[in-house]
Amino acid sequence: MGKTLAEKIWADHIVSSAANEPDLLYIDLHLIHEVTSPQAFDGLRLAGRPVRRPDLTIATEDHNVPTLNIDQPIADPVSKLQVDTLRANCKEFGVRIHSLGDSQQGIVHVVGPQLGITQPGMTIVCGDSHTSTHGAFGALAFGIGTSEVEHVLATQTLPLIRPKTMAINVEGTLKEGVTSKDIILAIIAKIGTGGGQGYVLEYRGSAIRALSMEGRMTVCNMSIEAGARAGLIAPDETTFAYVNDKPHAPQGADWDAAVAYWKTLQSDADAVFDKEITINADDLEPFVTWGTNPGQGLPLNAVVPNPADIADAEERGAAERALTYMGLVAGTPLKSISVDTVFLGSCTNGRIEDLRAAAAVLKGKKIASTLRLLVVPGSAKVRLQAESEGLDQIFLDAGAEWRNAGCSMCLGMNPDQLKPQERAASTSNRNFEGRQGKGGRTHLVSPLVAAATAIRGTLSSPSDL
Amino acid sequence: MEKFITHRGTAIPLRRSNVDTDQIIPAVYLKRVTKSGFEDGLFSAWRSDPEFVLNNPSYAGATILVAGPDFGTGSSREHAVWALQNYGFKVVLSSRFADIFRGNSQKAGLLTIILAQEVIEEIWQKIEADPQLALTVNLEAKSVTYGETSHSFQIDDYTRWRLMEGLDDIGLTLKKIDQVGAFESERASYKPKTLPALQ
Repeated sequence: MGKTLAEKIWADHIVSSAANEPDLLYIDLHLIHEVTSPQAFDGLRLAGRPVRRPDLTIATEDHNVPTLNIDQPIADPVSKLQVDTLRANCKEFGVRIHSLGDSQQGIVHVVGPQLGITQPGMTIVCGDSHTSTHGAFGALAFGIGTSEVEHVLATQTLPLIRPKTMAINVEGTLKEGVTSKDIILAIIAKIGTGGGQGYVLEYRGSAIRALSMEGRMTVCNMSIEAGARAGLIAPDETTFAYVNDKPHAPQGADWDAAVAYWKTLQSDADAVFDKEITINADDLEPFVTWGTNPGQGLPLNAVVPNPADIADAEERGAAERALTYMGLVAGTPLKSISVDTVFLGSCTNGRIEDLRAAAAVLKGKKIASTLRLLVVPGSAKVRLQAESEGLDQIFLDAGAEWRNAGCSMCLGMNPDQLKPQERAASTSNRNFEGRQGKGGRTHLVSPLVAAATAIRGTLSSPSDL
Repeated sequence: MEKFITHRGTAIPLRRSNVDTDQIIPAVYLKRVTKSGFEDGLFSAWRSDPEFVLNNPSYAGATILVAGPDFGTGSSREHAVWALQNYGFKVVLSSRFADIFRGNSQKAGLLTIILAQEVIEEIWQKIEADPQLALTVNLEAKSVTYGETSHSFQIDDYTRWRLMEGLDDIGLTLKKIDQVGAFESERASYKPKTLPALQ
């Protein structure tokens, strides 16, 4: 019997395997940031252990950094201590770091691909659940906790129980105005926030093949929102072309050897997935969430659902709670919901193509006077690229705020937060209660919907303009 | 890590599904660089509601959290596990845990036990009727017992052994470090390295 892509990568990284034990898996790349690493470095120090492979480790500052006045010391002393701790740890243990102000600083999942250190067939981990983003390259990439961060720092391996595999076939052609974000929101609405638990997802089919690398990253990014630790896409010519001109791409004979290997990284025709589902891309519409988990989403043309129509008691209760928290009434057209803030950014939708798509909608227009639009590039490099293309000027002319790179309002750890009951359309990945600020209300959307919403003031798609 | 064989304590019912790690501990509490002191952030948004179950004095001192399905979804923050432990919880029962949260709990020594939702419902009813009802969680026997009732649970043998012995995962892996070295010597030369920095 053939193997799935995830099974192939897994098999290629087994250091040791024994009955009734987890496999010990080799980790090709370890990405770290300021929030989930300090306790891990403390653990190394206590045990007198070095970082085994600093040359397979890289750090950046993203979760807890300001997006304004980055040339000044961080104002919040607790945040400053956390960032300073990362810098000191990297210095002590010999780990490469891209700090605030460095042209390669940014959200860890934007930085890896843009440096070309994210490549097909790798195992990649980070103390962040959106590490699944790197699966877009045909890598097995997943989020870990701080104990595991310490384990990888000390041994460059992780003991892991092999996950099951699920194929998600997305066949057909997306309509104009429908994006990779809408694909993944529709998948999560279909299988639920727990649907992927215990699985590695493999996104397949013509609609996935047609996506750019950045679109694929958006899809894989939100695998965790479907409950799966990892999601991946088989590498193809699109992948190879993207990696080819990046700083850390293999060179010369190494490139040829790498591509020869990468071409083997596909699920075999006779491979059997533990589960398989199919989504028709032709039918998809711009998607938006109405509730407080990413599975509570609907096409933008729908109305706020009535919990009484939900058969499952658990889901009904969750929907009732969500509507109360969100301040929404069943039956309200989603397009009539007005927002106070639009957030464009995050590891889901903070790359250059996302900014270009939003800028194309905003060009020559003004945002509604009732809201603010925050544009936060995913990395300093994305910011510089956008500025070289004049996108910053389009955003500023429209009335938006043009910020420096970081996770920002996606998780509301730095000063970029929603106020209680403030409502946002956000291109990020989580609409949990209080995620973007205590009491804040989040609707997850694509960059196109974010831009159109910023102009109209209510949840909208570019076709409404 | 402390050995876990059995634990006896009272329990608190958390009748909510899909409790994500942002609810367990919001991001604003993640700025600390230690593993302690996170109890003040535990369920912080909900604790401002006097009706929230953690504010009910009948359940004071409970060490077992009985949660709804899909507990611990979302972010990989191990701070969620530390916050539960710092508050005093030793065990969490649920019908479904998110993968990363469960992995983190098993590394940090917080026992997460999967029981069928009917059993969780039954335990909710029992502890709501009698908040002083003590539950015994026996990892060796793989059982949760109260009064005359006992429910068995499944856990993989390796994790159970590691928790019962209180073993550090890193120490176990370092015993195989020669195999890691052997694996590294065979790795393809085209695999990327972060050093020296190229940009």
